[in-house]
Amino acid sequence: MADYRLKTPLSEADVRQLKVGDSVTLDGVIFGVRDGNLIRVFDKNVPPPVDWHGAALLHTAPNVRKLGPGRYEPVSIGTTTSMRMDRFTEALLRDHGVRAILGKGGLSDKSAQLMAQYGAVYLSVTGGAAALETLQIEEIEKVYWEDLMPECIWQIRFNGFGPLTVGIDAHGNNLQRDVQMEAEKRTADILKKMGVA
Amino acid sequence: MEVPENFYSLIETVCRDLYIQSLKEIPPDVVEAVKRAASRETKEVAKRIFSHYLQSIELGRTKDMIVCQDTGIPIYWVEIGGNMRLDGSRLSKAIVSGTERATREHPLRSSIVSPLKRENRQTSTGERIPIIHYDFVADSDVLDILFMPKGSGSENMSSLKMLVPADGVNGIKRFVMEQVVGAGAKPCPPTIVGIGIGGSSDLCMTLAKKATTRPLGSPNPDPEIAALEKELFEAINQTGIGPQGLGGETTALAVHIESAWTHITCNPVAVNMQCWRAERRRAKVWADGRVELGF
Ligand code: SF4
Repeated sequence: MADYRLKTPLSEADVRQLKVGDSVTLDGVIFGVRDGNLIRVFDKNVPPPVDWHGAALLHTAPNVRKLGPGRYEPVSIGTTTSMRMDRFTEALLRDHGVRAILGKGGLSDKSAQLMAQYGAVYLSVTGGAAALETLQIEEIEKVYWEDLMPECIWQIRFNGFGPLTVGIDAHGNNLQRDVQMEAEKRTADILKKMGVA
Repeated sequence: MEVPENFYSLIETVCRDLYIQSLKEIPPDVVEAVKRAASRETKEVAKRIFSHYLQSIELGRTKDMIVCQDTGIPIYWVEIGGNMRLDGSRLSKAIVSGTERATREHPLRSSIVSPLKRENRQTSTGERIPIIHYDFVADSDVLDILFMPKGSGSENMSSLKMLVPADGVNGIKRFVMEQVVGAGAKPCPPTIVGIGIGGSSDLCMTLAKKATTRPLGSPNPDPEIAALEKELFEAINQTGIGPQGLGGETTALAVHIESAWTHITCNPVAVNMQCWRAERRRAKVWADGRVELGF
Protein backbone atom coordinates (compact mmCIF):
# COMPACT_ATOMS: atom_id res chain seq x y z
CA MET A 1 0.00 0.00 0.00
CA ALA A 2 1.41 3.36 -1.01
CA ASP A 3 0.80 6.98 -0.03
CA TYR A 4 0.34 9.61 -2.74
CA ARG A 5 0.07 13.37 -2.75
CA LEU A 6 -1.69 14.66 -5.87
CA LYS A 7 -2.79 18.01 -7.20
CA THR A 8 -5.99 18.68 -9.15
CA PRO A 9 -6.76 18.65 -12.06
CA LEU A 10 -5.81 14.97 -12.31
CA SER A 11 -4.42 13.22 -15.38
CA GLU A 12 -5.27 9.67 -16.43
CA ALA A 13 -1.74 8.60 -15.40
CA ASP A 14 -2.27 10.14 -11.93
CA VAL A 15 -5.25 7.91 -11.26
CA ARG A 16 -4.16 4.75 -13.12
CA GLN A 17 -1.21 4.31 -10.73
CA LEU A 18 -3.52 4.02 -7.66
CA LYS A 19 -4.61 0.72 -6.06
CA VAL A 20 -7.42 0.09 -3.57
CA GLY A 21 -6.27 0.77 0.00
CA ASP A 22 -3.64 3.33 -1.07
CA SER A 23 -3.87 6.71 0.57
CA VAL A 24 -4.18 9.93 -1.40
CA THR A 25 -3.84 13.45 -0.09
CA LEU A 26 -5.28 16.01 -2.48
CA ASP A 27 -4.38 19.66 -3.05
CA GLY A 28 -6.16 22.19 -5.19
CA VAL A 29 -9.70 22.77 -6.36
CA ILE A 30 -12.39 20.14 -5.71
CA PHE A 31 -16.01 20.57 -6.76
CA GLY A 32 -18.74 19.87 -4.21
CA VAL A 33 -21.74 18.19 -5.85
CA ARG A 34 -24.76 16.21 -4.71
CA ASP A 35 -28.33 15.16 -5.63
CA GLY A 36 -29.82 18.54 -6.58
CA ASN A 37 -27.13 19.88 -8.90
CA LEU A 38 -26.47 16.54 -10.64
CA ILE A 39 -30.18 16.13 -11.30
CA ARG A 40 -30.11 19.57 -12.95
CA VAL A 41 -27.12 18.62 -15.13
CA PHE A 42 -28.28 15.18 -16.21
CA ASP A 43 -32.07 15.11 -15.92
CA LYS A 44 -32.78 18.73 -16.88
CA ASN A 45 -29.87 18.89 -19.36
CA VAL A 46 -28.34 22.10 -18.05
CA PRO A 47 -24.61 21.99 -18.81
CA PRO A 48 -22.39 22.41 -15.73
CA PRO A 49 -21.05 25.95 -15.34
CA VAL A 50 -17.44 24.73 -15.18
CA ASP A 51 -15.23 22.37 -17.15
CA TRP A 52 -14.86 19.11 -15.23
CA HIS A 53 -12.08 17.51 -17.33
CA GLY A 54 -9.59 16.12 -14.82
CA ALA A 55 -11.80 17.19 -11.95
CA ALA A 56 -12.29 15.65 -8.52
CA LEU A 57 -15.96 15.79 -7.41
CA LEU A 58 -16.91 15.54 -3.74
CA HIS A 59 -20.32 14.34 -2.49
CA THR A 60 -20.68 17.03 0.09
CA ALA A 61 -22.98 18.25 2.83
CA PRO A 62 -21.99 21.83 3.60
CA ASN A 63 -22.83 24.12 6.54
CA VAL A 64 -21.67 27.60 5.56
CA ARG A 65 -21.82 31.19 6.74
CA LYS A 66 -22.60 33.90 4.17
CA LEU A 67 -20.03 36.69 4.05
CA GLY A 68 -21.40 38.70 1.14
CA PRO A 69 -22.84 38.25 -2.35
CA GLY A 70 -21.58 34.88 -3.63
CA ARG A 71 -19.05 34.62 -0.80
CA TYR A 72 -19.18 31.98 1.90
CA GLU A 73 -16.98 30.56 4.60
CA PRO A 74 -17.19 26.99 5.88
CA VAL A 75 -18.82 26.26 9.26
CA SER A 76 -18.75 22.48 8.93
CA ILE A 77 -18.25 20.74 5.62
CA GLY A 78 -18.68 16.99 5.60
CA THR A 79 -19.28 14.15 3.22
CA THR A 80 -22.50 12.45 2.25
CA THR A 81 -23.43 8.92 1.11
CA SER A 82 -22.31 8.37 -2.49
CA MET A 83 -24.64 5.57 -3.49
CA ARG A 84 -27.52 8.03 -4.08
CA MET A 85 -25.49 9.57 -6.91
CA ASP A 86 -24.36 6.25 -8.40
CA ARG A 87 -26.38 6.53 -11.60
CA PHE A 88 -24.51 9.68 -12.67
CA THR A 89 -21.08 7.98 -12.80
CA GLU A 90 -21.19 7.01 -16.47
CA ALA A 91 -22.03 10.43 -17.86
CA LEU A 92 -19.60 12.15 -15.51
CA LEU A 93 -16.71 10.00 -16.72
CA ARG A 94 -17.67 9.66 -20.39
CA ASP A 95 -18.97 13.14 -21.21
CA HIS A 96 -17.22 15.34 -18.66
CA GLY A 97 -13.84 13.67 -18.15
CA VAL A 98 -14.08 13.49 -14.35
CA ARG A 99 -11.08 11.61 -12.87
CA ALA A 100 -12.05 11.19 -9.22
CA ILE A 101 -15.29 10.90 -7.27
CA LEU A 102 -15.03 11.44 -3.51
CA GLY A 103 -17.65 10.44 -0.97
CA LYS A 104 -18.61 8.00 1.75
CA GLY A 105 -19.90 4.44 1.67
CA GLY A 106 -18.68 3.46 -1.80
CA LEU A 107 -20.22 3.05 -5.26
CA SER A 108 -21.64 0.07 -7.18
CA ASP A 109 -19.79 -2.51 -9.23
CA LYS A 110 -21.15 -0.92 -12.38
CA SER A 111 -19.39 2.32 -11.37
CA ALA A 112 -16.22 0.33 -10.69
CA GLN A 113 -16.32 -1.10 -14.23
CA LEU A 114 -16.83 2.36 -15.70
CA MET A 115 -13.90 3.67 -13.69
CA ALA A 116 -11.68 0.94 -15.14
CA GLN A 117 -12.94 1.76 -18.64
CA TYR A 118 -12.51 5.53 -18.53
CA GLY A 119 -9.64 5.84 -16.05
CA ALA A 120 -11.05 7.22 -12.81
CA VAL A 121 -11.06 6.39 -9.09
CA TYR A 122 -13.36 6.57 -6.07
CA LEU A 123 -11.75 8.08 -3.01
CA SER A 124 -13.39 7.27 0.30
CA VAL A 125 -13.67 10.21 2.70
CA THR A 126 -14.08 9.48 6.42
CA GLY A 127 -17.77 10.05 7.19
CA GLY A 128 -18.59 11.97 10.35
CA ALA A 129 -15.10 13.50 10.55
CA ALA A 130 -16.27 16.86 9.20
CA ALA A 131 -14.20 18.89 11.66
CA LEU A 132 -11.00 17.52 10.16
CA GLU A 133 -12.25 17.98 6.59
CA THR A 134 -13.30 21.58 7.28
CA LEU A 135 -9.87 22.40 8.65
CA GLN A 136 -8.27 21.19 5.41
CA ILE A 137 -10.20 23.76 3.35
CA GLU A 138 -8.30 26.84 2.28
CA GLU A 139 -11.19 28.70 0.72
CA ILE A 140 -14.59 28.38 -0.87
CA GLU A 141 -13.52 30.04 -4.11
CA LYS A 142 -16.82 30.16 -5.96
CA VAL A 143 -20.40 29.02 -5.73
CA TYR A 144 -22.49 28.21 -8.80
CA TRP A 145 -26.26 27.81 -8.89
CA GLU A 146 -26.92 29.49 -5.56
CA ASP A 147 -30.66 29.07 -6.14
CA LEU A 148 -30.16 25.40 -5.20
CA MET A 149 -28.68 26.29 -1.77
CA PRO A 150 -27.28 24.22 -0.12
CA GLU A 151 -27.15 21.96 -3.18
CA CYS A 152 -25.16 24.43 -5.26
CA ILE A 153 -21.94 23.50 -7.01
CA TRP A 154 -19.15 24.45 -4.60
CA GLN A 155 -15.69 25.26 -5.90
CA ILE A 156 -13.54 24.55 -2.87
CA ARG A 157 -9.75 24.84 -2.64
CA PHE A 158 -8.20 22.28 -0.29
CA ASN A 159 -4.76 22.15 1.20
CA GLY A 160 -3.92 18.55 2.06
CA PHE A 161 -7.38 16.95 1.92
CA GLY A 162 -7.15 13.50 3.48
CA PRO A 163 -5.44 11.17 3.57
CA LEU A 164 -8.30 9.66 1.58
CA THR A 165 -8.55 5.93 0.89
CA VAL A 166 -8.74 4.56 -2.64
CA GLY A 167 -12.04 2.65 -2.47
CA ILE A 168 -12.32 1.86 -6.20
CA ASP A 169 -9.26 1.90 -8.42
CA ALA A 170 -9.05 2.15 -12.20
CA HIS A 171 -8.47 -1.60 -12.50
CA GLY A 172 -11.90 -2.86 -11.46
CA ASN A 173 -11.24 -3.34 -7.73
CA ASN A 174 -13.93 -2.24 -5.27
CA LEU A 175 -12.84 -2.40 -1.62
CA GLN A 176 -16.14 -1.62 0.15
CA ARG A 177 -17.97 -4.13 -2.06
CA ASP A 178 -15.39 -6.82 -1.24
CA VAL A 179 -15.66 -6.14 2.51
CA GLN A 180 -19.46 -6.30 2.23
CA MET A 181 -19.44 -9.63 0.36
CA GLU A 182 -16.98 -11.13 2.82
CA ALA A 183 -19.18 -9.93 5.74
CA GLU A 184 -22.24 -11.59 4.20
CA LYS A 185 -20.34 -14.85 3.78
CA ARG A 186 -19.05 -14.72 7.35
CA THR A 187 -22.53 -13.94 8.69
CA ALA A 188 -23.87 -17.22 7.34
CA ASP A 189 -21.17 -19.06 9.33
CA ILE A 190 -21.62 -16.91 12.42
CA LEU A 191 -25.37 -17.62 12.46
CA LYS A 192 -24.69 -21.33 12.10
CA LYS A 193 -22.32 -21.22 15.08
CA MET A 194 -24.97 -19.35 17.09
CA GLY A 195 -27.34 -22.22 16.40
CA VAL A 196 -29.50 -20.06 14.12
CA ALA A 197 -29.56 -22.22 11.02
CA MET B 1 -41.65 21.77 44.90
CA GLU B 2 -43.22 24.39 42.64
CA VAL B 3 -40.79 25.72 40.02
CA PRO B 4 -40.31 29.52 39.88
CA GLU B 5 -41.52 31.69 36.99
CA ASN B 6 -38.07 31.99 35.37
CA PHE B 7 -37.65 28.21 35.27
CA TYR B 8 -38.97 27.94 31.70
CA SER B 9 -36.59 30.50 30.25
CA LEU B 10 -33.78 28.63 31.98
CA ILE B 11 -34.89 25.40 30.25
CA GLU B 12 -34.91 27.23 26.92
CA THR B 13 -31.28 28.29 27.39
CA VAL B 14 -30.28 24.85 28.63
CA CYS B 15 -31.82 23.19 25.55
CA ARG B 16 -30.11 25.64 23.22
CA ASP B 17 -26.75 24.86 24.84
CA LEU B 18 -27.39 21.10 24.83
CA TYR B 19 -27.93 21.14 21.06
CA ILE B 20 -24.82 23.18 20.29
CA GLN B 21 -22.58 21.40 22.77
CA SER B 22 -23.71 17.93 21.70
CA LEU B 23 -22.37 18.61 18.20
CA LYS B 24 -18.95 19.59 19.51
CA GLU B 25 -18.19 17.36 22.45
CA ILE B 26 -18.37 13.60 22.01
CA PRO B 27 -19.29 11.76 25.25
CA PRO B 28 -16.20 10.49 27.15
CA ASP B 29 -17.41 6.86 27.16
CA VAL B 30 -17.71 6.99 23.35
CA VAL B 31 -14.25 8.56 23.02
CA GLU B 32 -12.79 5.79 25.17
CA ALA B 33 -14.50 3.11 23.07
CA VAL B 34 -13.26 4.67 19.81
CA LYS B 35 -9.72 4.79 21.25
CA ARG B 36 -9.90 1.16 22.36
CA ALA B 37 -11.20 0.13 18.93
CA ALA B 38 -8.44 2.13 17.22
CA SER B 39 -5.75 0.38 19.23
CA ARG B 40 -7.05 -3.05 18.17
CA GLU B 41 -6.72 -2.41 14.43
CA THR B 42 -3.70 -3.72 12.59
CA LYS B 43 -4.60 -2.86 9.00
CA GLU B 44 -3.41 0.45 7.58
CA VAL B 45 -6.81 1.53 6.20
CA ALA B 46 -8.71 0.93 9.47
CA LYS B 47 -6.02 2.71 11.48
CA ARG B 48 -6.25 5.68 9.11
CA ILE B 49 -10.05 5.96 9.51
CA PHE B 50 -9.86 5.74 13.31
CA SER B 51 -7.19 8.42 13.38
CA HIS B 52 -9.57 10.71 11.45
CA TYR B 53 -12.32 9.98 13.99
CA LEU B 54 -10.01 10.79 16.89
CA GLN B 55 -8.68 13.95 15.26
CA SER B 56 -12.22 15.19 14.64
CA ILE B 57 -13.21 14.46 18.24
CA GLU B 58 -10.19 16.45 19.40
CA LEU B 59 -10.98 19.40 17.08
CA GLY B 60 -14.52 19.52 18.44
CA ARG B 61 -13.28 19.66 22.00
CA THR B 62 -10.33 22.02 21.61
CA LYS B 63 -11.28 24.20 18.62
CA ASP B 64 -15.02 24.52 19.22
CA MET B 65 -15.78 22.81 15.89
CA ILE B 66 -18.79 20.72 14.88
CA VAL B 67 -17.51 17.13 14.73
CA CYS B 68 -19.93 15.81 12.07
CA GLN B 69 -21.80 18.18 9.76
CA ASP B 70 -25.18 16.48 10.27
CA THR B 71 -27.19 18.45 12.83
CA GLY B 72 -29.64 15.56 12.86
CA ILE B 73 -33.19 15.21 14.11
CA PRO B 74 -33.39 16.83 17.56
CA ILE B 75 -34.62 14.31 20.15
CA TYR B 76 -35.10 14.95 23.88
CA TRP B 77 -35.59 12.30 26.57
CA VAL B 78 -37.06 14.10 29.57
CA GLU B 79 -37.48 12.61 33.04
CA ILE B 80 -39.54 14.64 35.46
CA GLY B 81 -38.87 14.14 39.16
CA GLY B 82 -42.05 13.27 41.03
CA ASN B 83 -41.50 16.03 43.59
CA MET B 84 -41.42 18.78 40.97
CA ARG B 85 -44.54 20.82 40.29
CA LEU B 86 -44.43 22.29 36.80
CA ASP B 87 -46.52 23.16 33.76
CA GLY B 88 -45.82 20.46 31.17
CA SER B 89 -47.09 22.48 28.22
CA ARG B 90 -44.76 25.38 29.09
CA LEU B 91 -41.91 22.91 29.47
CA SER B 92 -42.52 21.55 25.94
CA LYS B 93 -42.67 25.07 24.55
CA ALA B 94 -39.36 25.96 26.20
CA ILE B 95 -37.71 22.89 24.67
CA VAL B 96 -38.94 23.84 21.19
CA SER B 97 -37.76 27.46 21.62
CA GLY B 98 -34.35 26.28 22.81
CA THR B 99 -34.01 24.14 19.68
CA GLU B 100 -34.89 27.08 17.44
CA ARG B 101 -32.50 29.39 19.25
CA ALA B 102 -29.59 26.96 18.87
CA THR B 103 -30.23 26.86 15.12
CA ARG B 104 -30.50 30.64 14.71
CA GLU B 105 -27.95 31.83 17.21
CA HIS B 106 -25.02 29.49 16.42
CA PRO B 107 -26.03 29.22 13.44
CA LEU B 108 -26.64 25.51 12.72
CA ARG B 109 -27.87 23.91 9.51
CA SER B 110 -31.57 23.17 9.87
CA SER B 111 -31.95 19.57 8.72
CA ILE B 112 -35.73 19.40 9.23
CA VAL B 113 -38.24 19.53 6.35
CA SER B 114 -41.93 18.82 5.86
CA PRO B 115 -42.44 15.27 4.56
CA LEU B 116 -44.03 15.95 1.16
CA LYS B 117 -43.26 19.55 0.17
CA ARG B 118 -39.77 19.28 1.74
CA GLU B 119 -40.15 22.80 3.09
CA ASN B 120 -37.48 23.91 5.61
CA ARG B 121 -38.30 26.56 8.23
CA GLN B 122 -34.57 26.95 8.98
CA THR B 123 -35.30 26.42 12.69
CA SER B 124 -34.66 22.66 13.10
CA THR B 125 -38.31 22.42 14.15
CA GLY B 126 -41.61 21.57 12.48
CA GLU B 127 -44.71 19.49 13.01
CA ARG B 128 -43.95 17.16 16.00
CA ILE B 129 -40.25 18.07 15.81
CA PRO B 130 -38.26 18.21 18.08
CA ILE B 131 -39.26 14.80 19.35
CA ILE B 132 -39.81 14.89 23.12
CA HIS B 133 -40.19 11.71 25.20
CA TYR B 134 -41.50 12.16 28.75
CA ASP B 135 -41.01 9.87 31.70
CA PHE B 136 -41.52 10.28 35.46
CA VAL B 137 -39.32 9.31 38.38
CA ALA B 138 -40.66 8.87 41.92
CA ASP B 139 -39.07 10.69 44.90
CA SER B 140 -36.87 12.89 42.72
CA ASP B 141 -36.37 16.68 42.75
CA VAL B 142 -34.63 16.76 39.36
CA LEU B 143 -35.62 17.42 35.78
CA ASP B 144 -33.30 15.27 33.67
CA ILE B 145 -32.98 16.18 29.97
CA LEU B 146 -31.00 13.98 27.62
CA PHE B 147 -30.56 15.39 24.11
CA MET B 148 -29.44 13.63 20.93
CA PRO B 149 -29.03 15.17 17.43
CA LYS B 150 -29.78 11.93 15.62
CA GLY B 151 -27.74 11.66 12.41
CA SER B 152 -29.56 10.53 9.28
CA GLY B 153 -26.94 8.12 7.95
CA SER B 154 -27.60 5.78 10.84
CA GLU B 155 -31.28 6.67 11.30
CA ASN B 156 -32.00 5.64 7.71
CA MET B 157 -30.84 2.12 8.59
CA SER B 158 -33.64 1.59 11.16
CA SER B 159 -35.88 -1.41 10.83
CA LEU B 160 -38.67 -3.25 12.59
CA LYS B 161 -39.96 -6.76 12.20
CA MET B 162 -43.09 -8.20 13.74
CA LEU B 163 -41.75 -11.70 14.27
CA VAL B 164 -44.10 -14.39 15.54
CA PRO B 165 -43.60 -16.23 18.83
CA ALA B 166 -42.52 -19.38 16.95
CA ASP B 167 -39.53 -17.45 15.54
CA GLY B 168 -38.23 -17.26 19.11
CA VAL B 169 -34.97 -15.68 20.16
CA ASN B 170 -33.27 -17.15 17.09
CA GLY B 171 -35.50 -15.02 14.90
CA ILE B 172 -34.34 -11.98 16.84
CA LYS B 173 -30.67 -12.88 16.40
CA ARG B 174 -31.04 -13.47 12.68
CA PHE B 175 -32.90 -10.21 12.12
CA VAL B 176 -30.32 -8.14 14.01
CA MET B 177 -27.41 -9.71 12.12
CA GLU B 178 -29.10 -9.20 8.75
CA GLN B 179 -29.86 -5.56 9.48
CA VAL B 180 -26.40 -4.64 10.74
CA VAL B 181 -24.61 -6.42 7.90
CA GLY B 182 -27.07 -5.08 5.34
CA ALA B 183 -26.41 -1.52 6.55
CA GLY B 184 -22.71 -2.05 5.84
CA ALA B 185 -20.81 1.24 5.51
CA LYS B 186 -23.86 3.50 5.50
CA PRO B 187 -24.35 4.27 9.23
CA CYS B 188 -20.66 5.22 9.62
CA PRO B 189 -19.52 2.18 11.61
CA PRO B 190 -18.51 1.25 14.22
CA THR B 191 -22.01 1.89 15.57
CA ILE B 192 -23.90 1.49 18.79
CA VAL B 193 -26.51 -1.09 17.88
CA GLY B 194 -29.75 -0.39 19.74
CA ILE B 195 -32.27 -3.22 19.84
CA GLY B 196 -35.86 -3.16 21.06
CA ILE B 197 -37.65 -6.39 21.89
CA GLY B 198 -41.29 -6.74 22.84
CA GLY B 199 -43.99 -4.10 23.21
CA SER B 200 -46.09 -2.92 20.27
CA SER B 201 -44.52 -1.82 16.96
CA ASP B 202 -44.14 1.81 18.07
CA LEU B 203 -42.84 1.01 21.55
CA CYS B 204 -40.40 -1.55 20.16
CA MET B 205 -38.72 1.05 17.93
CA THR B 206 -38.66 3.62 20.74
CA LEU B 207 -36.92 1.06 22.94
CA ALA B 208 -34.31 0.40 20.23
CA LYS B 209 -33.54 4.10 20.11
CA LYS B 210 -33.53 4.47 23.88
CA ALA B 211 -31.05 1.59 24.05
CA THR B 212 -28.53 3.67 22.05
CA THR B 213 -28.60 6.40 24.71
CA ARG B 214 -27.30 4.15 27.48
CA PRO B 215 -23.72 4.69 28.63
CA LEU B 216 -21.59 2.60 26.32
CA GLY B 217 -21.31 -1.07 27.17
CA SER B 218 -23.49 -0.83 30.30
CA PRO B 219 -25.21 -4.23 30.40
CA ASN B 220 -28.98 -4.65 30.64
CA PRO B 221 -29.88 -5.46 34.29
CA ASP B 222 -31.62 -8.67 33.21
CA PRO B 223 -28.85 -11.32 32.95
CA GLU B 224 -30.59 -13.20 30.13
CA ILE B 225 -30.82 -10.02 28.03
CA ALA B 226 -27.27 -9.04 28.97
CA ALA B 227 -26.07 -12.41 27.66
CA LEU B 228 -27.89 -11.79 24.38
CA GLU B 229 -26.24 -8.35 24.14
CA LYS B 230 -22.83 -9.94 24.61
CA GLU B 231 -23.48 -12.70 22.09
CA LEU B 232 -24.64 -10.26 19.40
CA PHE B 233 -21.80 -7.84 20.16
CA GLU B 234 -19.24 -10.57 19.55
CA ALA B 235 -21.05 -11.84 16.46
CA ILE B 236 -21.29 -8.40 14.83
CA ASN B 237 -17.61 -7.77 15.47
CA GLN B 238 -16.69 -10.95 13.62
CA THR B 239 -18.21 -9.69 10.37
CA GLY B 240 -15.16 -7.59 9.47
CA ILE B 241 -17.14 -4.59 8.15
CA GLY B 242 -14.99 -2.23 10.21
CA PRO B 243 -14.79 1.58 10.18
CA GLN B 244 -16.54 3.12 7.15
CA GLY B 245 -17.11 -0.40 5.81
CA LEU B 246 -13.51 -0.49 4.61
CA GLY B 247 -12.72 -3.57 6.71
CA GLY B 248 -11.54 -3.93 10.30
CA GLU B 249 -11.92 -5.51 13.70
CA THR B 250 -14.65 -3.28 15.15
CA THR B 251 -18.09 -2.94 13.55
CA ALA B 252 -20.06 -2.22 16.75
CA LEU B 253 -18.88 -0.13 19.71
CA ALA B 254 -21.67 -1.69 21.78
CA VAL B 255 -24.91 -3.64 21.54
CA HIS B 256 -27.69 -2.49 23.87
CA ILE B 257 -31.11 -4.08 24.23
CA GLU B 258 -34.20 -2.61 25.91
CA SER B 259 -37.31 -4.69 26.39
CA ALA B 260 -41.00 -4.55 27.19
CA TRP B 261 -43.65 -7.21 27.67
CA THR B 262 -45.70 -7.92 24.61
CA HIS B 263 -48.85 -9.63 23.32
CA ILE B 264 -49.19 -13.44 23.31
CA THR B 265 -49.14 -13.47 19.50
CA CYS B 266 -46.30 -10.92 19.08
CA ASN B 267 -42.50 -11.10 19.04
CA PRO B 268 -41.41 -7.71 17.71
CA VAL B 269 -37.79 -6.72 17.23
CA ALA B 270 -36.43 -3.33 16.18
CA VAL B 271 -32.93 -2.15 15.28
CA ASN B 272 -31.82 1.45 15.57
CA MET B 273 -28.17 2.30 15.12
CA GLN B 274 -26.17 5.25 16.33
CA CYS B 275 -23.13 6.29 14.25
CA TRP B 276 -19.59 6.29 15.68
CA ARG B 277 -19.91 9.92 16.85
CA ALA B 278 -22.80 8.83 19.15
CA GLU B 279 -23.59 12.35 20.26
CA ARG B 280 -25.66 12.95 23.37
CA ARG B 281 -25.65 15.59 26.10
CA ARG B 282 -27.48 15.69 29.42
CA ALA B 283 -28.58 18.40 31.83
CA LYS B 284 -30.00 17.93 35.29
CA VAL B 285 -32.00 20.95 36.40
CA TRP B 286 -33.31 21.63 39.92
CA ALA B 287 -36.24 23.85 40.80
CA ASP B 288 -33.91 26.37 42.46
CA GLY B 289 -32.13 26.90 39.11
CA ARG B 290 -29.11 24.71 39.67
CA VAL B 291 -27.91 23.05 36.43
CA GLU B 292 -25.51 20.15 36.13
CA LEU B 293 -24.24 19.18 32.68
CA GLY B 294 -23.23 15.65 31.75
CA PHE B 295 -23.68 12.99 29.09
S1 SF4 C 1 -23.85 8.59 9.48
FE1 SF4 C 1 -23.59 9.72 11.38
S2 SF4 C 1 -21.40 10.14 11.58
FE2 SF4 C 1 -21.80 9.52 9.46
S3 SF4 C 1 -22.05 11.46 8.37
FE3 SF4 C 1 -24.11 10.77 8.96
S4 SF4 C 1 -24.53 11.68 10.97
FE4 SF4 C 1 -22.32 11.89 10.57
